Amino acid sequence: MRMNETQKELKEITILFAGDSGDGMQLTGNEFANTNALFGNDLATFPNFPAEIRAPLGTVAGVSGFQMKFGSTEVFTPGDQADVMVAMNSAGLKSSLHNVRRDGLVIINTSGFDKKNLKLAKYESNPLEDDTLKNYRVFKVDISKLTQETLKDSGLARKDVERSKNMFVLGYLYWMFNRKMAGTIDFLTRKFSSKPEILKANLDVMKAGYHYGDTTETFTSRFEVKKADLPKGKYRSVMGNQATALGLIAAAQKSGLQLFYGSYPITPASDILHELAKHKNFGVKTFQAEDEIAAITACIGASFGGALATTGSSGPGIALKGEALGLAVMLEIPLVVVNVQRGGPSTGLPTKTEQSDLMQALYGRNGEAQTVIVAPSTPKDAFAIAFEACRLAVEHMMPVMMLSDGYIANGSEPWAFPASADLPAITPKFADPSKYEDKEYLPYKRDENLVREWAIPGMPGLEHRVGGLEKEDLTGNVSYDPDNHEYMVKIRAAKIKKIEDDIPLQAIDQGPEKGKLLILAWGSPYGAIKTAVRQLLAEGYVVSHAHIKYLNPLPKNLGEVLGNFEQVLIPEINDGQLDILIRNKFLIPSKRLCKIKGLPFTAGEIIEKVKEIY
Amino acid sequence: MSDTLTAKDFATDQDVRWCPGCGDYSILKQAQSVVAELGRKREEIVFISGIGCSSRFPYYMETYGMHSIHGRATSIASGLKAIRPELDVWIITGDGDSLSIGGNHLIHLLRRNFDVNILLFNNEIYGLTKGQYSPTSPVGTVTKSTPFGALDHAFNPSAVALGADCSFFARTLDRDPKHLKEILKRGNSHSGASLIEIYQNCNVFNDGAFFTFTDKATKSVSTLFVEQGQPMVFGAEREFGIKLDGFKPQIVNLNEGHSLDDLWIHDEHDYMKATLLSRMFDVPSEGSLPRPFGVFYSIERGTYEVALEAQVQEATEALGKGDLDKLIAGNSTWEIK
Repeated sequence: MRMNETQKELKEITILFAGDSGDGMQLTGNEFANTNALFGNDLATFPNFPAEIRAPLGTVAGVSGFQMKFGSTEVFTPGDQADVMVAMNSAGLKSSLHNVRRDGLVIINTSGFDKKNLKLAKYESNPLEDDTLKNYRVFKVDISKLTQETLKDSGLARKDVERSKNMFVLGYLYWMFNRKMAGTIDFLTRKFSSKPEILKANLDVMKAGYHYGDTTETFTSRFEVKKADLPKGKYRSVMGNQATALGLIAAAQKSGLQLFYGSYPITPASDILHELAKHKNFGVKTFQAEDEIAAITACIGASFGGALATTGSSGPGIALKGEALGLAVMLEIPLVVVNVQRGGPSTGLPTKTEQSDLMQALYGRNGEAQTVIVAPSTPKDAFAIAFEACRLAVEHMMPVMMLSDGYIANGSEPWAFPASADLPAITPKFADPSKYEDKEYLPYKRDENLVREWAIPGMPGLEHRVGGLEKEDLTGNVSYDPDNHEYMVKIRAAKIKKIEDDIPLQAIDQGPEKGKLLILAWGSPYGAIKTAVRQLLAEGYVVSHAHIKYLNPLPKNLGEVLGNFEQVLIPEINDGQLDILIRNKFLIPSKRLCKIKGLPFTAGEIIEKVKEIY
Repeated sequence: MSDTLTAKDFATDQDVRWCPGCGDYSILKQAQSVVAELGRKREEIVFISGIGCSSRFPYYMETYGMHSIHGRATSIASGLKAIRPELDVWIITGDGDSLSIGGNHLIHLLRRNFDVNILLFNNEIYGLTKGQYSPTSPVGTVTKSTPFGALDHAFNPSAVALGADCSFFARTLDRDPKHLKEILKRGNSHSGASLIEIYQNCNVFNDGAFFTFTDKATKSVSTLFVEQGQPMVFGAEREFGIKLDGFKPQIVNLNEGHSLDDLWIHDEHDYMKATLLSRMFDVPSEGSLPRPFGVFYSIERGTYEVALEAQVQEATEALGKGDLDKLIAGNSTWEIK
């Protein structure tokens, strides 16, 4: 190490990549994340995709961002403000500079700041020359030129040369954070196995970036972020949609059922379909339906046939599935519906996150048509919650909705994954034809949990008809009897309530069991709240955090938990939907913290609100 | 026991609730008799319907059944068939159910070619909602919702089916039980999606819509019953034939210088000829082409569920039977000790 180089040890670093959607920012970010995860850091990532598919090159609308925090301590969010930013072009800088902390390091690709790029980004003067960057430490490097130099003898087309410049950035960062390139070398070798010349170019450029850091007289400090002291175990990195898909497959395996996933492509849920389609060797049958309605109704058919039927979509698609979901409620068959929520209403903000479909999940159907509702809190948690959604659907013969969101779906984090043997068994409530040789099979006869038996085609003697018309108790025949209807409505609700006994009690995640202030939340704000509460507790505030994973039915001790606190604050990425539910059920004057910007909470926003109302 | 099942064994204890005189009774009777004659086991049969008068059908069949939601019987059946290829799946639908609200699922089922039997009860009216025009009602149809006459050009179900690359299309009538039964058998034995359009009289809201094709006085000249390999002949004395002038079907009189050798020989494997048949859709009038009945088109084409199953097998052979622990661990793990 040279004398002028300083080695700065940090507990955690937030880094932000911003460039054109063609600059490979997502790949760069994910590789940097994977390498840090392999090294032993805890981390959380947040890809921020452009709204347009192909916005004009160089414009702010076309910026693709990727933020991540990694650290030697536990990390629960991708960070509030970035310590380091990589701006590949003028638009990238313009879109994201405000997210960099004062005195943060901004690495600039100078070739992205020519006249044309400045104009496209609508900069009136060059930010590298005026005082735009006066509050930051700036490191300028002509990445495009250095990449071209590296590949001048490669014989590659200019387009291919240009596309490998993100590898220069990655190599440079590996030098800066003292990380090995081996993981990325393996990744690239797999990715470009059939294109040796592209592979070589990418590897050469990454190494050039690394050596550039090593050999040039830069004033940049090298950062040292040591391994995190995480619980023992085997880890992998996982994204939320991927974890969801794995949870569904695991549930199929543990229940002995065939997995059917009927889905229509929609942002940000499509990756679940992509992931599942790869695993046909698990007997997974994926079905890309002609529309959202066909996707869920094909699932109803598959479930009627005895499969673990699952579908995934996002808000607008869930709206289309509403009627069919009502049919599943009426039929009382297992069905899992994953809603990867995005900004609404209508088409809304497809690539941005929001938690605004809770009311839709609770009430978005005609009639009294409750479903079970569960929600994961982080990307890795999506595995456990998807598995749990399947367990509840199969064991209680019910449709179950899982409310994920864009932030969970595309975010990633290290995951101490379970061994399959440690996952609970799932027991389908299949009818046994041999028990009905001498007696009549009654499709709507219920057990002590009010669960009916699952008789599927092929079972002799159990032939029966189901449908969307109101069912007569026990027989399932069509019935317009007034008393029967009221009874059936109540019994379907009672069946949901019974599930209270099959789910865990609400626990306090952090902070005292009783006290001054409870932060109550659900879904993806988990990380921001966790980080905020940790800091607030360290500062001496008496704050607790409870995170709800079961939204219908709610844990049966929730009222008691709420009663232990003087104040309840409910932060949500919507206009107060859980708050409405909590006020309705428990008649408490809970307070809201709403953010409806298509973006997750920062820990800072939570802290600020707590201090305001404390 | 299953060997000796009769049509009666396929009747349920539910009262049949269609209007007296409804064409649906005839179709129910023939369906019960066909599944019995084919020697099917009750537990291996599933009837799935959407919404509409005809969609009550599953309640009257002693098999597995689902009376689902409007227009979706086709997609529900698709999911069932995808997971249980061995089942004998029947879809009961009407002109509104399959061609209006469920039009999308119908065409997609046909192109995917799931091995199911679709009975499309076409009565050219909305009966359950008490008399509005349907997508098969001719222009000008006066109904409650079209007191000045329907404006929309009507769907031609055979052309829709062929346009969606169906592998089997046939047309039959509720009032011709023998033909109806024969066609149901043909459809059921076809491997792939068989769409059977059944002209069904709604004697309450659209009585007589198809009487031209069923009344003794008119049916001989207004209908053409096609048979594989046979020349197209019709008329009370079988005195008329259809001859192809290029792509144009023409009526010729066999007593006036034309012989059977001149006639169009029906070939249900010929897509182009099937499309010509589908276009024989004139409103019956003096000199108009007769309306064809029978199997228009029938070809062997791979079914979706078989291809899906094969893909699962191939993937299992190529990648090995899935190992859940390996899947959960992924490609890249690390250990914290």
